[in-house]
Amino acid sequence: MGSPPWFFRFSGRLVRWLLPLTVALLLVGAFWGLLVAPPDFRQGNSYRIIYIHVPAAVVALAGYYVMALAGAVSLIWRIKMADVTMRAAAPVGAVLTAIALVTGAVWGKPTWGTWWVWDARITSMLLLFFLYLGVVALFEAYENKTAAARACAVLSLIGTVNIPIIYKSVDWWYSLHQPASIKFTGESAIDSSMLYPLLLMIGAFYCLFALTVLLNMRAELLWRHRDSAWVQQLIGDA
Amino acid sequence: MSSEGPSVSMFAAFSWQFVRHAKTLINSPADVANPLLFFFMVITLFPLGLGPDPERLAAMAPGILWVVALLASLMVSSKLFASDFEDGSLEQLALAPYPLPILALGEIAAHWLATGGLLSLVSPIFGIMLGLPTQGLATLMFSLLLGSICLTLIGAVGSALTVSIRRGGLLLSLLIIPLNVPVLIFGTAAVNEAVIGGNAVSWLALLGGLALGALALMPIAIGAALRVSLDN
Repeated sequence: MGSPPWFFRFSGRLVRWLLPLTVALLLVGAFWGLLVAPPDFRQGNSYRIIYIHVPAAVVALAGYYVMALAGAVSLIWRIKMADVTMRAAAPVGAVLTAIALVTGAVWGKPTWGTWWVWDARITSMLLLFFLYLGVVALFEAYENKTAAARACAVLSLIGTVNIPIIYKSVDWWYSLHQPASIKFTGESAIDSSMLYPLLLMIGAFYCLFALTVLLNMRAELLWRHRDSAWVQQLIGDA
Repeated sequence: MSSEGPSVSMFAAFSWQFVRHAKTLINSPADVANPLLFFFMVITLFPLGLGPDPERLAAMAPGILWVVALLASLMVSSKLFASDFEDGSLEQLALAPYPLPILALGEIAAHWLATGGLLSLVSPIFGIMLGLPTQGLATLMFSLLLGSICLTLIGAVGSALTVSIRRGGLLLSLLIIPLNVPVLIFGTAAVNEAVIGGNAVSWLALLGGLALGALALMPIAIGAALRVSLDN
């Protein structure tokens, strides 16, 4: 796993089937969720953005832990490949968080009448976005990229410890200052005709995350080792 | 140096760092006074921006005081390891036969007394200026005392990570603000609870828990971050 040329070949084989799988899952999930699933009792058709919003949010949160875990591995065992993973995962997670926030706002306008509301989950997502941006910014700011990777590993580990604390405290903050209650329809039991496409889309987004991270890693490895023999040979063969 | 190990105890090393930094701070009173002045001036901006209505200010006072305290803490955090990094003493400390977290903690302790600790002690004055009811003032002070320990420690991690970066101060703020949010929430909840006449002890206990947790865990991160910065 730790050898760049081996990983490049291995990830190439992974990507070869992961790419069509991701596209297939996304297409089937989107078609099922956006067209086939029945309209909601209260929200009509405008709830359908849930099929993008929830998967993006779920994978964004999971992605932070992937990033932090990769950082921990790179810090403890000094495995270079792990910090390539961490570097690759950070912008993907940031973009997914942004997608979750924007789709959430788009969902909020017809259902709650407002683009933004300071409720517990949205505020926690926003803070997660800032945590991601912090990791990306820290990496760019360091000159020595090896030190940069270790700094980002330390930062994402601190963030990991803090995420449950942040989430819980924002939850309490919201319940302390609760305005007129705004209820998510998703809180009540979700019908299976809506649940299955949602689960499929969540699976599709996980595959999308894995695919994007692998592609990022491949690009990073090619760049880092651009002067080495195996890359020169690859370029020569192409 | 003999090869038998450190020649003084760990506590002595900690106190040596503490005293060294306390002396530096005493010799530059501006470094102690400026954050307080910053706090004072920014507090003044809020009535100017929101209007002088005493009821509205009193309702917002806990939040205003805490947010400004957080901003002041960000401002001083960027200076925490900067002078040691620049004159090379940080490298020497990293090579010393004492754990870097303990040495860093000595510096942080002196720093906290002069910044967060001092700010907390004078905060009731500013509370009165914003019209915070009297029953909230003591809780304000205690919440800031406990909270500033957390803020200083979290700020120290940020400072350790960014000390080798040019103009790292702004980046420090970006990194640290999300991590400071729970402290802010618990602190303002404590003061608000006291203002309405309730018992703020549970919120102060949470703050104390955060402070103890930070004291236990952050120094390790600070030590690691300082070593990373030295490698940059």
